[in-house]
Amino acid sequence: MFQNIGEMLVLLWRTIKLLPESWSKRDKVVDQLYEIGNASLLMTGILSLFIGGVLGLQTGPVLVERGLSNFIGGIVGIAICKELSPVMMAILIAGRVGSAMTAEIGSMKVYQEIDALITMNINPIRYLVLPRLLAISIALPALVIFSILVGWLGAASVCFFNNQIGLSFDGFFHSLKNVVEFKDIINGLFKSFVFAIVVGVVSCHQGLVTIGGPRGIGRSVTKSVVNSIVLILSLDYALTRILMFLD
Amino acid sequence: MNVASQTNGIELKIEGLYRKINNQVILDHINFEVHAGETFVIIGPSGSGKTMLLKHIIGLEKPDGGDVLLNGDSIFKPDTRDRYRLAMVFQSSALLNSLTVGQNVGLYLTEHNICSPAEIKKIVSEKLEIMGLKGLEDKYPSELSGGMKKRVAIARALVSDPQLILYDEPTSELDPIMAVNIAREIQKLKHRIKATSLIVTHDRDLAYGIADRIGIMKNGRMIAIGSKKEIMESNNPEVVEFLNIDFQQLKIAQ
Repeated sequence: MFQNIGEMLVLLWRTIKLLPESWSKRDKVVDQLYEIGNASLLMTGILSLFIGGVLGLQTGPVLVERGLSNFIGGIVGIAICKELSPVMMAILIAGRVGSAMTAEIGSMKVYQEIDALITMNINPIRYLVLPRLLAISIALPALVIFSILVGWLGAASVCFFNNQIGLSFDGFFHSLKNVVEFKDIINGLFKSFVFAIVVGVVSCHQGLVTIGGPRGIGRSVTKSVVNSIVLILSLDYALTRILMFLD
Repeated sequence: MNVASQTNGIELKIEGLYRKINNQVILDHINFEVHAGETFVIIGPSGSGKTMLLKHIIGLEKPDGGDVLLNGDSIFKPDTRDRYRLAMVFQSSALLNSLTVGQNVGLYLTEHNICSPAEIKKIVSEKLEIMGLKGLEDKYPSELSGGMKKRVAIARALVSDPQLILYDEPTSELDPIMAVNIAREIQKLKHRIKATSLIVTHDRDLAYGIADRIGIMKNGRMIAIGSKKEIMESNNPEVVEFLNIDFQQLKIAQ
């Protein structure tokens, strides 16, 4: 495990050193952005709508019962933007995009395509990892913004249409505006940026160390998703503590 | 005739190359030299370490001992790869499946920003024409036959105007006619690009057809090196066994 973490940090460092060459890879970054957006936008919308809805449904009646309906929007809004959207979207991206990255790079490794790149004196990190890492670092925070908005809308809709809650859209968003500050959104976006790097590095690394044919590719994909999720959840706690301290 | 004076090729020297994996010796102190512009063919049975040897020569693998020298410079030094133009044609062709034939062939030029997109297109078209694949630029590797993939892989290798070109089993998995065609292309290229060529194969006929010199590998050792004539007349029992084994013997046994 420690060897893997070390290798991933080395991969991240080597990719960071190549950042000045990013402009030359802009076409590939745009391709990857399209792939990520295309693969995830609809799922992000559906997931966020239901996460917001469930959160509204769970918290709404309890708060209404205690005469705290003015706080529903604030509580649900802050939970979505600081915690649920960044974490859920990172897990979604690890499953949908990270697994695809590992499978693609893994099959390139197994079928000697990466060896072919090296023989042409083409750095596989520049060619394969840099555009993917850049794209995912841009795409995940963008998806999180979309997810936050859809999540709030889902929660507001449930609060409006549910008879036990019966909170107007105005009331929901007024409460949300009173509690959620701009820095809370930045907080969520920062987390999502860190998670994006985690998913990108884990997925690319697992692809690059794939051995053993189709079964090896399958093993790498599983490892990449599981490792990404474990790292996202454990880093989430650490990041939350750090951000609370800085706050 | 001095070959070196007419060549773009570089001299390759293998010095005591040794590699052990999981307590098994894969390369056992291999020593040989390939002169600039020469076509050197290594033949040997499957599992004798031929492909592993190529991977060490191109720098994909690191040995436990010994060295690979290109005009005297070790391939394992960081800047050597930048100084020489090397190319390798893989047994599996190793074309990038997500790219078209044209993009595959032009990859070296695109990634190294060597020339403009229009020039790249022209060069790609030329190289594909040399390999008899003109007009296939927009096809994907999955749409090609095994022989066509091999020829695309050779075209891709040619784009960098290599000084040393390594072929790993260039005729494997091909029917005899396609195998002869590929061998003919390799022979033509020898005169056209004048690079040093190192070919590993288990196909004796290919070796006899195109080699200037032949090396025979067995169990990670180089058991014989010489001209075609010297190899064919060798008294070494291991060489004789490998060169004379034939499907006809099955009939005799029956």
